[in-house]
Amino acid sequence: MNVLLRIIALVLKELATVFKEPRSRMTIIVPPLLQMFVFGYAASFDLHQARFAVWDQDHGPAATQLISDMRASNVFLYAGEVSSPAAVRRCIDNKKVMMVLEIPAEFQRNLTSRGNGRVEAIVDGRNSNTAGTALIYLSSIISEFNNQWRAANHLPRAPVDAVVRAWYNPEFESRWDIVPGLIGLLTLLQMILLTAMSVAREREQGTLDQLLVTPMGPLEIIAGKCVPTLLIGLGQATAALLVARFWFGIPFAGSYGVLYLGLGIFLLASIGVGLFVSTFTATMQQAMLGTFLFMVPFAILSGLTTPITSMPPLVQHITLIDPLRYAVTLIHEVYLQAYGLNGIWPQLWPLMLIAAATLLWSSWAFWRKLN
Amino acid sequence: MNIADASTAKLRCAHVHRSFRRKNGSMLRAVVDVSLVARPGTVTALVGPDGAGKTTLLRMITALITPDQGSIEVAGLNVVKSPAAVQAMVGYMPQRFGLYEDLTVEENLNLYADLHGVRPGDRAAIYEPLMKMTALAPFMHRLAGRLSGGMKQKLGLACTLVRTPELLVLDEPTVGVDPVSRRELWEIITRLVGDNGLTVLMSTPYLDEADRCDAALVLYEGRVISDGPPKAMRDLAAGRVFRVSPPVGQTPRYMQARLMAQPGIVDAVPEGGQVRCVTATGSQTVNPLANLMPQAAVPRFEDGFMITLPQKPHTDSSANAADHKTPPDKTPVHNSNKNQTSNPAASQDPVVEVHDLVRRFGEFIAVNHVSFTVRRREIFGLLGPNGAGKSTTFRMLCGLLPPTSGTLRVAGVDARRAGAAARQRLGYVAQKFSLYGHLTMAGNLAFFASAYGLHGRKRRERLAWAIEEFGLADYLQILSGAAPGGYKQRLAMACALLHEPELLFLDEPTSGVDPLARREFWQLINTLAECGVTVVVTTHFMEEAEYCDRLIILNNGRILAQGSPAEVRRHATAKGSQPPTMEDAFIAIVEASAAAAGGKA
Amino acid sequence: MNVPIPNPPPPAFASLRRTLALVYKESVQILRDPSSIAISIVLPIVLIVLFGYGLSLDIQQVPIALVVEGSSPAATSLAGSFRLTRYFNPQTVPTLHAAEILLQQRRVLGIVWIRQGFSRDFQARRARVAVLVPGADVNRDRLIQGYATSVIQQWSQQHAGRLGVVWQPGATLESRVWFNDAMRSRLFLVPGVIVLVMTLIGALMTALVVSREWERGTMESLFVTPVRAGEILLGKTIPYFMLGMIGLALCIFSATVLFKVPLIGSVWVLAFASGLYLLVALALGLLISTVAKNQFVAIQVAMLVTFLPAFILSGFIFDLRSMPSFIQAVTFVVPARYYVAILQTIFLAGDVWAVLLPNGAVLLAMAVVLLALTRAKTRKRLL
Repeated sequence: MNVLLRIIALVLKELATVFKEPRSRMTIIVPPLLQMFVFGYAASFDLHQARFAVWDQDHGPAATQLISDMRASNVFLYAGEVSSPAAVRRCIDNKKVMMVLEIPAEFQRNLTSRGNGRVEAIVDGRNSNTAGTALIYLSSIISEFNNQWRAANHLPRAPVDAVVRAWYNPEFESRWDIVPGLIGLLTLLQMILLTAMSVAREREQGTLDQLLVTPMGPLEIIAGKCVPTLLIGLGQATAALLVARFWFGIPFAGSYGVLYLGLGIFLLASIGVGLFVSTFTATMQQAMLGTFLFMVPFAILSGLTTPITSMPPLVQHITLIDPLRYAVTLIHEVYLQAYGLNGIWPQLWPLMLIAAATLLWSSWAFWRKLN
Repeated sequence: MNIADASTAKLRCAHVHRSFRRKNGSMLRAVVDVSLVARPGTVTALVGPDGAGKTTLLRMITALITPDQGSIEVAGLNVVKSPAAVQAMVGYMPQRFGLYEDLTVEENLNLYADLHGVRPGDRAAIYEPLMKMTALAPFMHRLAGRLSGGMKQKLGLACTLVRTPELLVLDEPTVGVDPVSRRELWEIITRLVGDNGLTVLMSTPYLDEADRCDAALVLYEGRVISDGPPKAMRDLAAGRVFRVSPPVGQTPRYMQARLMAQPGIVDAVPEGGQVRCVTATGSQTVNPLANLMPQAAVPRFEDGFMITLPQKPHTDSSANAADHKTPPDKTPVHNSNKNQTSNPAASQDPVVEVHDLVRRFGEFIAVNHVSFTVRRREIFGLLGPNGAGKSTTFRMLCGLLPPTSGTLRVAGVDARRAGAAARQRLGYVAQKFSLYGHLTMAGNLAFFASAYGLHGRKRRERLAWAIEEFGLADYLQILSGAAPGGYKQRLAMACALLHEPELLFLDEPTSGVDPLARREFWQLINTLAECGVTVVVTTHFMEEAEYCDRLIILNNGRILAQGSPAEVRRHATAKGSQPPTMEDAFIAIVEASAAAAGGKA
Repeated sequence: MNVPIPNPPPPAFASLRRTLALVYKESVQILRDPSSIAISIVLPIVLIVLFGYGLSLDIQQVPIALVVEGSSPAATSLAGSFRLTRYFNPQTVPTLHAAEILLQQRRVLGIVWIRQGFSRDFQARRARVAVLVPGADVNRDRLIQGYATSVIQQWSQQHAGRLGVVWQPGATLESRVWFNDAMRSRLFLVPGVIVLVMTLIGALMTALVVSREWERGTMESLFVTPVRAGEILLGKTIPYFMLGMIGLALCIFSATVLFKVPLIGSVWVLAFASGLYLLVALALGLLISTVAKNQFVAIQVAMLVTFLPAFILSGFIFDLRSMPSFIQAVTFVVPARYYVAILQTIFLAGDVWAVLLPNGAVLLAMAVVLLALTRAKTRKRLL
């Protein structure tokens, strides 16, 4: 009875502290939403309106058709014509265009006589990822061009076609991939920061001592930190979810119950990491830097921006302790792929393990400081 | 004030005003119409409680803040028009002197020497007397952060003196410094003025320091309420200061509490086993102390100050605590003891037993084999300068820090294993305000009521008691961080007493509190002790030791003396007709122990 | 006591000495503060190692499931092509259902499904090979799609004739990727780390240093000396500039030696451009710090306006050209964007002045404006 009363008092106190102070109220509302919007728009591997130039030495009808196919796509933006190798060099070097399409003089003749005409794309590889994406788009435009050309000239069809289907994201929009993942990224940052800062604040202001001389035990104090932060985290996740669902219009395929269960366990794990950070830090500044030291590797190793399978095996093993890795996968699986509880279990139990380990460790560290 | 000779003055302020906008939009008038002249070769003191406007005035003089109105001239230069020139001329030591704690003593000195353009060749000649004067020579290569509080202040002073300033401005240079270092700082200042003709302006919350100055300006709520040589202030109290002895079997502090509540008495403080009183009117009229065989005493600045101070209307109920009209009858656990006129510390029953306590931080021994016992219902003092080990001992008593070795029993339980039940029986008020600043006063009270497991009728009763007892009713909905300092202190006390602890720990409860509030505060402690609460209190105000039943004096982690105030005072020899003060005793004890250590070495 | 009154040195000399004293003080503080070492040395090393070893946008040896229904020679031959390419690491499974389970379990990242009767359909020119990807990691899925399509196309060109199918492939694409012909993402990710490190040291560290002086009360003592505001500013800028340059050297060394990123352009041009960006970052950090006067607020603002934009809005990972125009408009005020353009060009393309000059000019202008603003905001006043 007393234990419950005390924990409720701690929770109410914590919520009041966060919401009454304008600065902390602002930090839990504005930055996460702002980041959700900016990252949602900016963090994309899709290509839009990439500028390209043409070096057309053929000027035949096929060349003209190919260029107009490219111009019709939303991916490329026609920037003009060049007419010498030096000009090609110049416009790529200067970043005026990211690609030059070179159509050799005998393109039309080769196409009609041998049924095979070569075109060449020169791509700026300073960002190799963009370069690769551009080439993939270009080859699908060319393959569509070929189908049309064969049909128009009553030539036999290509013997084989590759049919590509993306199961959960038919349009291949990377926003569908990144925006739901951001829910995990942003709440993780917020949870670690809030927890570490709130413990550090109590330490700095001396209220932690005041708490410790009351009959409250370390476990109650830890529970008093976890519950309100969890509530705030669920609120933030819900806000982010609404932005993903309604602002970015990404259809939600799975079950909200499963998603919230997964999120709850992930948030607990994040709070555990925050408490873990707070056991090393004495001041708010250190808590801030500590959060940063943990957050950057967590974000990079989460697989959100770069695939985990492309990492070296050693690094892949390190990602196993990154709670964000599981959260990003879990959110994708529930949001886009409609996985049920069974499906997300492989993500769930590592999160539980991380939560249990960090929370137990922090309670122990707390207890040890007093004895 | 004679404006005519202001032409030769090193500092001249005329009708200076400065206001600040508070967060809620209202204006705080920090300095109101202050005029001041400092003549060359004098020490001027700026006296007043916290928040009186002392620091704001000093910052305006050093061109760090622009005045809203009025003019300030330093050595004939207008501060607003030529701030850079003034800043180059003035030596300024802010409250927390900006020592770079990760630089050594020498690096700090060199930095300020460079900034003031002292040639490297001239430095040895300048440093030598400075280091001799401050006794820092052996520590030249120690990090400033590793110096004691007193040494830091001395280094700060040395840094401002790397070249001789036209005007030396010191903001509370002696706060938090032990009495020995305080005396040394004063010796340095006196010498600088005597030998070099330096002009000094300093602020201080210690009223006895004003006595040593050539002129003293008393600030209260931004206004000058008295200006002139300290003698004028002393003269104000002439013939109104008496010492009375308590009857046998009564403690001075008990008598003091009674006297303070009497009409016609402006001030009463325990001192040297007696009570020093200031009467409201001169001795021509009927002396309210007549039947107590008063002896006339030499008036001090503080006596005059208490007379000058606008008497706060005694409406707050904290004053009631002294009136005993409403003894906090529900507070104490043992209020069966009605025999309150006698020494309440009659009980021999130990509440706190400390034996051979040691606490190390790495190489550093913060508490070095300390043993003492606190008996039920006594006020027990831990005295000593900053860094003496008071707070460390205190934190161990409260179970906030495990001891390295030794035994520690609090309320009959080993403090290392003090469970929730043991903690339910003690209350703790930390050194600085450490409640939740973003909760309202009511919110803090409610939170701590829950933390101590109070519920139902009991909870309502205790909350009502706390609000009534500490006069918090008007402030309940104010964020406690934004409340006036005195009310923060009351709230902290209220929260610590909600659960009726039998043992109360108070860490430096009176630092930074004005003399009036300090007296009120001690009255409350008195009442609590009389009602059966055991109080353990730390303080660096030596004169406050007089309120304790017993005390220990700590320095460098060791107990130098322990016993009743009278026993401790015996370490010092009387000076003339005045009995020795606690401060004299402290200095005598520290010097004796240093001599003993030197003798052994 | 007799304090000799020294002759005042000439003003210019005095100013120089004051500045040097402040620089010395700040440097000693940096060296003695473990948290500044953690942020300026440990974190950059962690970042370089993470980006150098850990991160890659390249797709190689992707585990896929290969469903081959039937055993016609054409189907077997196409399956063989998938096994030969370095992009895929296929695992043959008998049924689509089994492959789907593998995909669900994340044991494979895609499915290539060659249907029953592939040989017959190929002759009849209506063969279809399905490439199935989850669509959850779009970048990866798109690359899988691209590689799979090109494997199928190459195979059909080589084998059509042999299988008696005559067809005209039409236009064929040959590509040359300049500056990074193997398309290794490390070549642009590792130089990108330099932006992060410079921003860390330049803005995040300095955002703390001025507010720290306010909080510890040292600013008040400094102010009441002959020191000028500009000297205080220089005293902060010079040591952190040096620290940033050390970080830069560390990054260039590990990029070129450890991770074999070519440095085509001149290292001096790189150093100069980095110095410019460092000045911008320093000025931004000092400005935040001067205005905030509080470490908590300072670091929050610094994170929001310097570090996150350097990560997301600089073109370091996400290409600016792909962003919606209003986000692109925002990136014009992000200094890191100009620096990333310079870095990628110097490392991979060389000293292309047409890129370096305009971007450098913007950085220079930003540095001048921000330093002037900081100078104006640093007054020797408390209020």
